[in-house]
Amino acid sequence: MRELLLANQAIARGAWEGGVKFAAGYPGTPSTEIIETLAARYPETNPRWSANEKVAFEEGMGAAIGGLRVLVTMKHVGLNVAADAFMVFPYSGTNGGFVVVSADDPGMHSSQNEQDNRFLARMGKVPVLEPSDAQECKDFVILGLELSEQFASPVMLRTTTRLAHHKGLVELGERKEVVQAEFIPDPRRFSVPIYRLLRRPEVEKRLHDIQALAETYRLNRVEHADSPIGVVTSGISYQYVKEVLPDAGVLRLGMTFPLPPDLLRSFCAAYPTVYVVEEGEPFIEEYIRSLGITNIIGKELFGVIGEYSPARLGEALGVTKIPTPLKEGINLVMRPPMLCIGCGHRTVFATLRQLKVTVAGDIGCYTMGALPPYEAEHTTFCMGASIGTAVGLERAGHERVVAVIGDSTFIHAGIPSLIDAVYNDSRLTLVILDNSATGMTGSQPHPGAGKNARGEPAPKLDLAELVRATGVQHVTTVDTWQRLEVFRALRKALAHPAPAVVIAQGPCQQLPEMKRRAIVPFLVEQELCTKCEACFKVWCPAIVRDQEGFPFIIASDCTSCTVCAQVCPTEAIRLADEAVTA
Amino acid sequence: MDRIYSLMFAGVGGQGSLLIADITSLAAVQANYDVKQTEVHGVSQRGGSVETHVRFGRKVYSPLVTPGQADVVVGLEKLEALRFAHYANPDSGYVLVNDYEIIPASVANAEKIYPHQVVDHLRSKGFNVIVLPASQIARDLGDGRMANVVMLGGLSNLLPITLETWDKTLRMRIPTRYLEPNLEAFAKGRHLLAVRQPAS
Repeated sequence: MRELLLANQAIARGAWEGGVKFAAGYPGTPSTEIIETLAARYPETNPRWSANEKVAFEEGMGAAIGGLRVLVTMKHVGLNVAADAFMVFPYSGTNGGFVVVSADDPGMHSSQNEQDNRFLARMGKVPVLEPSDAQECKDFVILGLELSEQFASPVMLRTTTRLAHHKGLVELGERKEVVQAEFIPDPRRFSVPIYRLLRRPEVEKRLHDIQALAETYRLNRVEHADSPIGVVTSGISYQYVKEVLPDAGVLRLGMTFPLPPDLLRSFCAAYPTVYVVEEGEPFIEEYIRSLGITNIIGKELFGVIGEYSPARLGEALGVTKIPTPLKEGINLVMRPPMLCIGCGHRTVFATLRQLKVTVAGDIGCYTMGALPPYEAEHTTFCMGASIGTAVGLERAGHERVVAVIGDSTFIHAGIPSLIDAVYNDSRLTLVILDNSATGMTGSQPHPGAGKNARGEPAPKLDLAELVRATGVQHVTTVDTWQRLEVFRALRKALAHPAPAVVIAQGPCQQLPEMKRRAIVPFLVEQELCTKCEACFKVWCPAIVRDQEGFPFIIASDCTSCTVCAQVCPTEAIRLADEAVTA
Repeated sequence: MDRIYSLMFAGVGGQGSLLIADITSLAAVQANYDVKQTEVHGVSQRGGSVETHVRFGRKVYSPLVTPGQADVVVGLEKLEALRFAHYANPDSGYVLVNDYEIIPASVANAEKIYPHQVVDHLRSKGFNVIVLPASQIARDLGDGRMANVVMLGGLSNLLPITLETWDKTLRMRIPTRYLEPNLEAFAKGRHLLAVRQPAS
């Protein structure tokens, strides 16, 4: 039976069919749907959202040396967080099959950088599989688990955004249960760093053996053609090559680390010109050049930045003329993303702007606080960086610095920084945007949400207690939709001579329970409205201007957050008489 | 049968462009085509531009549609139709536009700078533009949110997929309690464009 699946769903299906009994990850675009799918459809894989990627990886590592088949998922920068474990796991190697999905995001659709994690794999000496479509996403997970067990090595499955986020037809199979491998405690293999030196040659030998396999591995597929042009490619780029150069010979590398030198030599010798087409860095290309092969053209033609596409390849090769967006003679107005209607972050950023403070931000929906109309977030680097950055800015002499971090990000990587801020005598002011969700990736639960990945009740982390336990004495919890409460709490926190934390609480509007609830919307009484414009300055997309210049609240969009009613000086904004059901 | 059909669905987050792209892909699967689909969107759940690419045929490689090669660009909103019109094949492609404007809430002075002349502009550039009052029809049927399905009904005339297959797919994909009004919305949209021949 064939089904149209998102490639990330196909990866989940592959884990299920491949007998995975433990799966963990932290939400991150473009990897999130894998654990979501496992949680919704495949409980046998025991899926979970972990506190961060390092925890997910380590739990997976334990489960794998304990003998289970394991899938661990994360976005490219997530592997940076997990890198400590990732780099050392190959030394002991695994018992059960272990596949880590690294979802790279060329084009930075939802990321703070571009990063080609094949380099991390090479550094860690971990083999890399790169599927080219949804069917292969499923198949390669199963093959990766087998490869992992054959060589006792962790395996990376590398996807990129366009692969992960496309749908294609996938042939479904049955789940194959796998006998749990045996865990024999052995300090020479699993512990005591001085023994690791003895394991070191094993790592090299294993890579050498995998490289020998790569020469004939069926995932490295040659499609020879009677053509002057050959192409070496991997991942989704293979599809673009087939569109743009349908007559070329193709070497599709399904395993991009370690690379097969003899296969590359013989393929490149068969064509006068060989294009190397790969999304991300020139990883394959530089290896081919290192073999002394010179008849190749790669990044100098196709470029290193951003996503590939048939249009981009066609244009680079001069075979397609690509029309551009219509901008001449008409105003093609942008439609940038924005905070959702009723988002609780709005009051916080409006307040931060009003207080004219310097804001060290973090990773989440609230990076939009940097954009108009707020322009109240001045730095954003990586998960958890807000607190450390704020401490550093303060030491550099900047007064009135506020760190802003989401609840999920705080749990992920903010806690050690807060402990450090207290320990090292900072005056840190911190706002935790507590919306009970990992919002930006689609409102997944986390340890502070009171439920697990499968939606079952789970122990709820008490953020205020946690913050107090670090030694912060000034902790205020406010209703994030009460603008005066937020304002007063922040002003007091800023005046406090020691670390102070404001927890701005209010659930994410995208949570299923928030979307399902019946809402009594607000409306504008025109007789009372003086067109003072105060409500427009809330910047709520549900408030539009009617033809006479009066504000009009779109009832079906209103979340009843009350903020517009709070700012109206004439009480012209009031609750409607009946509820609207979503 | 070797021909590949390329479609681009453009709209504003929350309008349901992804839903009608999904239904189109599923209908193409029901009609025994190979299908690929992909969505490109920003970080926000609501309010930003959303583009969905759908391609079907005997064998499809790329999920991405190349500008200048789409058979139909479906714009659920006029500014978004303008943003993606260049994807339409300049010779044989259609730009199917919902007669509906959403002022970008996240742009200063957007009401003053919004381009109200999108349809005329596209026609002056030689695009084959078909305007459907989908939002109005949907409101008349009791829920403006069904504009996407009215547009899908219009689109259905331009694709080599039978009415029976569309009907079956709608029944598969739309929850029972919303099904009847949506079938009606689809029928209205289909009727509006029924005089046109399928693209060959």
